[in-house]
Amino acid sequence: MSGPDIARAISRIAHEIVERNHGIEHVVLVGLQRGGTWIADALGERISSIEPSFAIPVGSLDPTMHRDDIGLRPVVAGSVSHIPCDITGATVVLVDDVLYTGRTVRAALEGLNNFGRPRAVQLAVLVDRGHRELPIRPDYVGKNLPTQTTDEVDVSIDGVIVTSITGNQS
Amino acid sequence: MKHLRSISELGSEGLHRILQLTENMAEINSRPVPKVPALRGKTVVSLFFEDSTRTRLSFETAAKRLSAETMTFSVSTSSVNKGESLRDTIETITDMGVHAFVVRHKSVGVPWQIAQWTNASIVNAGDGAHQHPTQALVDCYTVREALGTKDLSGIHLTIVGDIKHSRVARSNIQAFSMLGAKITLVAPPTLLPVNVDHWPVTVSNDLDSVLDKTDVLYMLRLQSERMAQGLVPSLHEYSTRFGLDDERVAKLPSRSVVMHPGPMNRGVEMLIDPSEIPNSLIHRQVTNGVSVRMAVLFDLLSAEELS
Repeated sequence: MSGPDIARAISRIAHEIVERNHGIEHVVLVGLQRGGTWIADALGERISSIEPSFAIPVGSLDPTMHRDDIGLRPVVAGSVSHIPCDITGATVVLVDDVLYTGRTVRAALEGLNNFGRPRAVQLAVLVDRGHRELPIRPDYVGKNLPTQTTDEVDVSIDGVIVTSITGNQS
Repeated sequence: MKHLRSISELGSEGLHRILQLTENMAEINSRPVPKVPALRGKTVVSLFFEDSTRTRLSFETAAKRLSAETMTFSVSTSSVNKGESLRDTIETITDMGVHAFVVRHKSVGVPWQIAQWTNASIVNAGDGAHQHPTQALVDCYTVREALGTKDLSGIHLTIVGDIKHSRVARSNIQAFSMLGAKITLVAPPTLLPVNVDHWPVTVSNDLDSVLDKTDVLYMLRLQSERMAQGLVPSLHEYSTRFGLDDERVAKLPSRSVVMHPGPMNRGVEMLIDPSEIPNSLIHRQVTNGVSVRMAVLFDLLSAEELS
């Protein structure tokens, strides 16, 4: 995926979020630290141009402390969570760059409980690379990208780069 | 990091890491439900051979907010009263399967000594007049938060009181020096350590002359037994020369902040009600104590299997 592809995917997902929720009243975007926050911001901007009558709240969540693999891998001091409004009764759209095993999303779902009880939680990702280890599926996908477990997937505003273990980039 | 026993053991890199991690923990503490499962399955024992209110309770609160199990050892109801030795006590508790000891003891070096008898992590919550590293972390974090800057270089810190017997002063001098602060100690000569010339500090006996250059005024508790030792002629003379009253508060620059590690001796070093000090950080110190100790416990216990 190139930079313009990313912009198109964000634009499409923005429309899908508005359509699926019949508007954006009671919808809150929450980007997962750190890769999902800029995408949540971009989605928020796009949605406000589609539905200018509502300001959609955009927040962020650091699920690090809720992970199930603390102690099994180095934990980087993450970023601070910021939930801009009461999420009880709201529809929360979690936003991340890459969906892989699903463990980050599981941790985020648990972390979200600390802030309130949303009416519903949806999941938007730019890249679904497969290899799920938990029963978690996305509601909005930028692109399904078949990968090896040994690949590394990097998403930025300029595009998606998959680096395989042999060093080939695509 | 395996243990936190002194600021020098933590080092400059570790100091910055803990202060950074504390921001995450402060955010967790601001949530409607301030609890995360990060240290599920870990057990933290608080082992206090000296009295404590805020340090012990903030460590226990911190452990609970990270979902660790806590055990409290209180000396007055333990087998120490039947003559059980420190070593046997540590080994007994270790056998129950614990991951960290938070220890306070009147003797210098106890945290290093007991580390030889257990494979658990040791956190020093005060050893004699030597070190109290988590208090220094709390104070550094609180000053950075209050001044709105992570860079403390050139900040003037004035520490007033019984420097000689103060582990808080020793840890704070090391930690604030690492962050670049300029430190002045104000105390009667009898309450200064003999080797103070080797410390990275300026020394003064006149509180009034340093107030106008002070950004952070740090008041220490005068331990009442010091008077019995003849180190202070009278409490009245001490509080006249070194106590904080409204006149001295008025001499501070307007943006200066006032700190005290507690417990306060009202009428001795604190002649003014702290609520009347415009920029008192005394309550922030206690609040931040929980976040800092969460960061310390998380740093010690989360990467255990990795090392």
